[in-house]
Amino acid sequence: MKTEATGRLASTEPRASSGTYHPLVELTLARLREFLREPEAIFWTFFFPIVMSVMMAIAFPAGAARPVRVAVERSSAAIEPSSATGARDTLKASLTAERHIVVRDIPPGDELRALRNGEVDLIVVASHPPTYRFDPTRDESRLARLVVDEALKRATGRPDPWQANDETIAIPGSRYVDWLLPGIIALGVMNNGLWSIAFVTVQARLKKLLKRLAASPMRKRDFLMAPIVARLVFLAPEVGIPLAFGALVLGTPIRGGLASLGIVAVLGALAFGSLGLLIASRVRTFEAINGLMNLATVPMWVLSGVFFSATNFPGWAQPVIQALPLTALVDAMRGVVLEGATLVDLRGELATLATWAVVPFAIALRIFRWR
Amino acid sequence: MSLAVNCRNLKKRYGDVVAVDGLSFSVSRGECFGLLGPNGAGKTTTIEILEGLLTPDDGEVDVLGLRWKTHEHELRQRLGIQLQETQFTDKLTVEETLRLFRSFYDRGPTVSDLLARVELEAKRRSWVVKLSGGQKQRLSIACALAGAPDLLFLDEPTTGLDPQSRRQLWSIMGRFRENGGTVLLTTHYMDEAQTLCDRVAIVNRGRVIAMDTPQALIASFGTPTRVVHEGTLEDVFMSLTGRQLRED
Ligand SMILES: Nc1ncnc2c1ncn2[C@@H]1O[C@H](COP(=O)(O)OP(=O)(O)OP(=O)(O)O)[C@@H](O)[C@H]1O
Ligand SMILES: [Mg+2]
Repeated sequence: MKTEATGRLASTEPRASSGTYHPLVELTLARLREFLREPEAIFWTFFFPIVMSVMMAIAFPAGAARPVRVAVERSSAAIEPSSATGARDTLKASLTAERHIVVRDIPPGDELRALRNGEVDLIVVASHPPTYRFDPTRDESRLARLVVDEALKRATGRPDPWQANDETIAIPGSRYVDWLLPGIIALGVMNNGLWSIAFVTVQARLKKLLKRLAASPMRKRDFLMAPIVARLVFLAPEVGIPLAFGALVLGTPIRGGLASLGIVAVLGALAFGSLGLLIASRVRTFEAINGLMNLATVPMWVLSGVFFSATNFPGWAQPVIQALPLTALVDAMRGVVLEGATLVDLRGELATLATWAVVPFAIALRIFRWR
Repeated sequence: MSLAVNCRNLKKRYGDVVAVDGLSFSVSRGECFGLLGPNGAGKTTTIEILEGLLTPDDGEVDVLGLRWKTHEHELRQRLGIQLQETQFTDKLTVEETLRLFRSFYDRGPTVSDLLARVELEAKRRSWVVKLSGGQKQRLSIACALAGAPDLLFLDEPTTGLDPQSRRQLWSIMGRFRENGGTVLLTTHYMDEAQTLCDRVAIVNRGRVIAMDTPQALIASFGTPTRVVHEGTLEDVFMSLTGRQLRED
């Protein structure tokens, strides 16, 4: 072989002919290969959003308004048990006839439990006049009370002062499930970003691989950027699959441009990649990284408006909540998907995400522990 | 002759433990120099200071005539480093791992050339996790050779290997030296030091307690009075560092 005969220097070749790419590309490829060879990781990245979307589709079937659910209870005030039972059955019959009311068969004595755990929205006691038992802080209970009361009054022959003209129109994108979907996608971008990067980093530190890399001329910036770049490769299916599912199965409208959506998603992935690096920058055990990760994500699950609007929190908390990367990503996703917002409309959210993409990365680069 | 490594009065402590306690030695270009010493003697700490991975509390280090403070990137391009306990990524293949390391260097052999040098061609598509101990160690050496280094640091390169694998590594090192490379290695095998090293330093509790060619050290100890076998470096080592185990 030529190289062995001619010695060390003669056998060396510059990078161009060594058949390898730029270190950042090689580091990213290594990261992608590692990911693709880890079946669990693939499952969580691609199937989790699908499972989540299917569950949403089952919980919120398209086009059906949810009826109010009630339990009917015998009055204990009646002297004769048989007349009480009779009154209950009459009342039950008139409620069952209503289209928007579902009467649940709850064993006597169990009604309060059913109300407590949300099986029914309202208990109707067959006294005269009827008694309604419900928690007024629950919107669906207050609604049930109005619907039931109206139905019962009509059943006793109350004359309606008028018959209002109901104009019902279906506004696509105004249902809870439509509102939820962009939030769930944002949540996926956060979780995948933080976990994939932090876990791999801590593992490499434990294996002393980081130390070995630090002993080579590899540029530290390349190493830290590679997992974030690798994340971007999977972003399209990660965001696209649940979004397509929402559009095709749930009927969620996508009002904004796909390019805007892509830019929002990329900025989100960069922000969480950078935060993941910072979280993992000095940690040496899996226990510690678990703890730190929960510390970072759990408040955002609650505060950032994924499942219920962040405006429910008091005004003094808003500056903090609005500065969180998940809040910015959720709001920007909703803006694009549901309202067709442009990047200019979303400049506030995008600036927040960009800040999260740059600042934690810069700090991580400085404080990163290579051993 | 210029020096590949020159360190003077190195000191490093971890809390109460003095790992390196005023250590000095130098290695000439083209030389193979061995650091010997019992567990915990401070070999790894010393070599990591020389590799620029640890900063000494005191003392001076020149490597290839350069200082870590001012020439880190150049030094990293010119050194080959094998650490005592690196595990490479499990699910990358041998070839992919080498490609990665090769990409960090401005110049060096091709990946196929590296595979040939450490005789891992047959395993090029195997995942790292499926390699034997000897194969892993050869991969580690191949990564160290990826930048055609002038100086190779090997920390216990043959620990845990069978005699065949050890000899295979010896011949890889031999080839590297034939081409003018300098080697600084640590080992617990006295026969290995005796075979490979031009000079050795015996380190105990962070200090050099003897330094010379293996032959001179053996000679200075005199031939054993009852000649059962010729004196070996192992005899020298045992009587200098004592026969009891190091618990601390
Ligand atoms: N990071 C550390 N923190 C605290 N003590 C350390 C650290 N690294 C090494 N030491 C201590 O410094 C001393 C020298 O350790 P070192 O690893 O250099 O020994 P060694 O000669 O390489 O041993 P071995 O032959 O077992 O590899 C030991 O007492 C060790 O416990
Ligand atoms: Mg050691």
